[in-house]
Amino acid sequence: MGKQAKRIAALKAASARRILVLDGAMGTMIQDRELGEADYRGTRFADHGSDLKGNNDLLTLTQPEIIGDIHRLYLEAGADIIETNTFNATAISQMDYGTQGLAYELNRTAAELARAAATAVERADPDRPRFVAGAIGPTSRTASLSPKVEDPGFRNVDFETLRVAYGEAARGLIDGGADILLVETVFDTLNARAALFAIDELFEELGETLPIMISGTITDLSGRTLSGQTAEAFWNSVRHARPFSVGLNCALGPTELRAHVAELARVADTLVSAYPNAGLPNEMGGYDETPEAMAEHLGEWARAGLVNLVGGCCGTTAAHIAAIAEAVADVPPRSIPEVPRRLRLSGLEPFELRA
Amino acid sequence: MIGSFVNIGERTNVTGSAKFRRLILEGDFQAGLAIAREQVENGAQIIDVNVDDGMLDGPETMTTFLNLIASEPDIARVPVMIDSSSWPVIEAGLRCVQGKPIVNSISLKEGEESFLAHAKLVRRYGAAVVVMAFDERGQGESAERRYEICARAYKLLTEVADFPPEDIVFDPNVFAVATGMAEHNDYANAFFEAVRLLRANLPHCHVSGGVSNVSFAFRGNNAVREAMHSAFLYHAIRAGMDMGIVNAGQLTLYEDIPAELRERVEDVLLNRRPDDATERLLEIAQQHQGGGAAARTTVDLSWRQAAVDKRLEHALVHGIDEYVVEDTEEARLEAARPIEVIEGPLMAGMNVVGDLFGSGKMFLPQVVKSARVMKKAVAHLLPFIEAEKTEGEARTRGRIVMATVKGDVHDIGKNIVGVVLQCNNFEVIDLGVMVPCAKILETARREKADMIGLSGLITPSLQEMAYVASEMRRLDFDVPLLIGGATTSKAHTATKLVPNYDGPVVHVVDASRAIGVVSALVSEEQRAPFLADVRSEYERIAADRAGGGVRSGTEPLAAARSNRAAIDWTEATPTRPHQLGLSVFDDYDLNALAARIDWRPFFAAWELHGRFPAILDDPRVGEAARPLYDDAQAMLQRLIAEKWLRPSAVVGLWPANAVGDDIEIYADETRQQIVARVHTLRQQMTREGQGRANLALADFVAPKDSGVADYLGGFAVTAGAEIEARAEAFKAAQDDYSAILLQALGDRLAEAFAEHMHACVRQEIWGYAPDEALSNDELIAEKYRGIRPAPGYPACPDHSEKQTLFDLLDAEARAGIRLTESFAMYPASSVSGYYFAHPESRYFGLGRIGRDQVVDYAQRKGVSVATVERWLAPNLAYNPVENAA
Repeated sequence: MGKQAKRIAALKAASARRILVLDGAMGTMIQDRELGEADYRGTRFADHGSDLKGNNDLLTLTQPEIIGDIHRLYLEAGADIIETNTFNATAISQMDYGTQGLAYELNRTAAELARAAATAVERADPDRPRFVAGAIGPTSRTASLSPKVEDPGFRNVDFETLRVAYGEAARGLIDGGADILLVETVFDTLNARAALFAIDELFEELGETLPIMISGTITDLSGRTLSGQTAEAFWNSVRHARPFSVGLNCALGPTELRAHVAELARVADTLVSAYPNAGLPNEMGGYDETPEAMAEHLGEWARAGLVNLVGGCCGTTAAHIAAIAEAVADVPPRSIPEVPRRLRLSGLEPFELRA
Repeated sequence: MIGSFVNIGERTNVTGSAKFRRLILEGDFQAGLAIAREQVENGAQIIDVNVDDGMLDGPETMTTFLNLIASEPDIARVPVMIDSSSWPVIEAGLRCVQGKPIVNSISLKEGEESFLAHAKLVRRYGAAVVVMAFDERGQGESAERRYEICARAYKLLTEVADFPPEDIVFDPNVFAVATGMAEHNDYANAFFEAVRLLRANLPHCHVSGGVSNVSFAFRGNNAVREAMHSAFLYHAIRAGMDMGIVNAGQLTLYEDIPAELRERVEDVLLNRRPDDATERLLEIAQQHQGGGAAARTTVDLSWRQAAVDKRLEHALVHGIDEYVVEDTEEARLEAARPIEVIEGPLMAGMNVVGDLFGSGKMFLPQVVKSARVMKKAVAHLLPFIEAEKTEGEARTRGRIVMATVKGDVHDIGKNIVGVVLQCNNFEVIDLGVMVPCAKILETARREKADMIGLSGLITPSLQEMAYVASEMRRLDFDVPLLIGGATTSKAHTATKLVPNYDGPVVHVVDASRAIGVVSALVSEEQRAPFLADVRSEYERIAADRAGGGVRSGTEPLAAARSNRAAIDWTEATPTRPHQLGLSVFDDYDLNALAARIDWRPFFAAWELHGRFPAILDDPRVGEAARPLYDDAQAMLQRLIAEKWLRPSAVVGLWPANAVGDDIEIYADETRQQIVARVHTLRQQMTREGQGRANLALADFVAPKDSGVADYLGGFAVTAGAEIEARAEAFKAAQDDYSAILLQALGDRLAEAFAEHMHACVRQEIWGYAPDEALSNDELIAEKYRGIRPAPGYPACPDHSEKQTLFDLLDAEARAGIRLTESFAMYPASSVSGYYFAHPESRYFGLGRIGRDQVVDYAQRKGVSVATVERWLAPNLAYNPVENAA
């Protein structure tokens, strides 16, 4: 068994024993460093034709020590799984900065960076393996929604474009040594289905498979994704990928997210993950939920048997992760329910055939 | 509600709808969308989209239309069936939908390689698939060929393509019949037979078909076509077809097809008169052109002479629906506004009904019939009220959201309560059965419900109710929560539900009590004192329970085990069953079952209590019981004559021996290979000095170390899955009375079937009592040897053991009975259990058990202690939360 195969086996074994902890936000931790345009550019992109400030994924190449440091802080706070700095590292999202040609390199280098940070921490604590989840974000476009109010049939991205871009990103992450692929912050399930399609193609080509984590986003209090699906409909739309876990992240704080996580916990016959924001944004666009308050919520979810993996999204820091890790440390993981075999389909709502 | 048959909307299909074709060819997609929306509003659960036309660019048109659907939430809420004979069109469709669709279709027409390539892509895109019965040699025509092609496809899909079997839908070809070609005569019949074979032999698969093809020969004669569709569906659904592309809005009720037409249509479909069936149908087709309505006989009655409001009152009180539409229309013409008919004479009539019911002068069956009349009248008025477009909403006394909770399928009681509340001018939003908590609460919030009613019959539903209560607290609800159903109780409500929710929680013991409770809750004067009474009563019950729990101690498990039933196994050798293994009974004779019905529980379901047949002459309730019995007998005769149901049963008998409190089931008489373990539970009540045993069901099977070869049996029977769809059809036709009547009869038929099979097992299949001769009354009084206890009931209250039983029986495939996540049986009119043959075996109640047994049992079953505590919550002699801490 290769090193990575062993890690995947260790991941599955650990998930059966305890609740695993994901890291927190990359963006919040980068904001704290107060980087300027020059920092983003570094020497390599000093002459790039457009502004690069805000292209956090580019920091993997220009400020690798900062990204590595953030990974280390989360690992030391108790994260079992850290996410690569690749939320926007698809060619589609990088197009906003004119850096679409870097997509493969951004993903590969980010995975290598995260893997190095994980290995360093593992060395100090060899009994506890740490894992790298290659993050695959939603891109800046949606395949199910029209950006033009007057033309509802219009789309500014299609399945094929997404499939190619996601395939490129996933290849970089796998080549860089990611242990897991994390299709996350799914606003539009059609985008996610294109990503899952691309990943399945890639697995076939490479002759190997990695665990897939899928995490959707309930965008507001309506309880639906941006593209209009309920949590259960979302699960029906992605379960064909037979993911290692399914869950929800971002957009809502723990209070608002709980019911939807509970619904997934009841219908999904796989592990369930949750990494909410630190509350809803305040009037300044910041997040107010303290590490203690968040840990209290997630600890309660854990005791209620709702989750197998927990972490934080926007607004969370290493302090949040430390508190969350402590809160779930001794709580047994959710046991996976047995779900009867039935034809399950979905539109915006779930469909189940009982006869 | 999700029924057992799925309607797939067929109107957004250019090959089937000339109108849709014209609109799409003209590029009028907006009008095309309106057709899609109309279908969903009319109840299509999936919409079929087909743009296969030589004049259209298939992939582009499919993309445009599906993208437009995606922006219409009231259409996009249902899944799409992407329908095309061209793969590029299908793939274009798959790239546009975020939900999980069905692809229609792929086939072996071009060989295995292309079939598997498409299957792999369908799976990669995350879709279910329709497979046509079409291979390299052409379309399957005989039943055997249709089945063989599908079976081959199934094997390839599940074994090579890793395709989930539950995502496979077969379309075994609906071809036109009555075409004049002799070789087409058996097409429909072969379809039915193929459906039977598919459903029986290919686990988890589904069957669909495009129904309208069958009547192609009668284009232009809609009356005959609709009759053919309806009769075709009737037989196909009975054979196991569970999806169909149909125009649900244009389907005649099977029972409404004129007898002569139906007979001739069925002669054609079932190929009963190959020589002249087509001719005979053609003969009468002409006279049905335009849907010639049969002449009705009218009996003039004196009450018809009264004023219109008195006539309406009479119709409501007596449950006569024949004239209600014309009377309502007359009243409407007299009234200034249509709403006044509801608020005036109709409500006055229902108030009379309510008063009579409240004072015990009317009984449930009569009230439910009254409700049927009321519904018809209101249905007639609604279009006028809406047309008026003023704030014409009828003022109701309150709005109640009701549901049978997730995992449970029983709803007779809930339906009765719903009808009774409607009669009393409450608005009832009935979400049906197996309703998830989130849906109940979302609906309650959206509809601003004044209260929520939960119903459930099986014990796991108690847990679900506790969950709903806790969610109501978490989500800051404050409306009253009403609890009803057979396993619910004041004690459970007081101890397990009240602590979970801050709003009022009230247990409602039966339908006649419901009005009192609900009326008090909406009354400003009564509400506070009523709730204060309830609260103090529940507090007392909770306090008693808490105290009682401590006092009624349990024996240690070891002590209980040493006090097991003392059976001397050396005395008599158990009878070896004549037929070991599984015996399957399909489409069982309904006459045999009807004769064995135990009527007492039937009347009890309608809240008429008393012995049968004395109840028919009872001075108090006889007047209600007699017509109910007449209606039940009439429906029974009709359902037998017209074969509405297809009762099925599976019985299994296996070599078995007890090991401790478990029963090992062996593969064969060598007793080497254990195929399953039945886990039983032992009574732990104190028996000291009473000379009575602490029983477990395992005591009734010879222990392994005795060396005695013993056996255990199991069974699952159902009155037929068709009940659910037919009850829905009755409800859709505003006829709740018939719906409830049918469900109540279905339950009785299932029980009768179980009783009958037990006799067959005793006398023949197992044959340990070959000479038994008992009357029906003696049977009902259980004066025979051996028992048939059911998992989930007093002797073995763990519902989850039903899974083992069902696996052993292969009950889903063999008898068409499935288990929900809470281990309720679906269809609801089903019974299952074990057979124990030993003369000393008897029914008992487990009572309360200690944590020592729970831990032991969890270990034996290989599940967590918490899981056992959840399933056995009502039987715990301790508080699991305190113990865990």
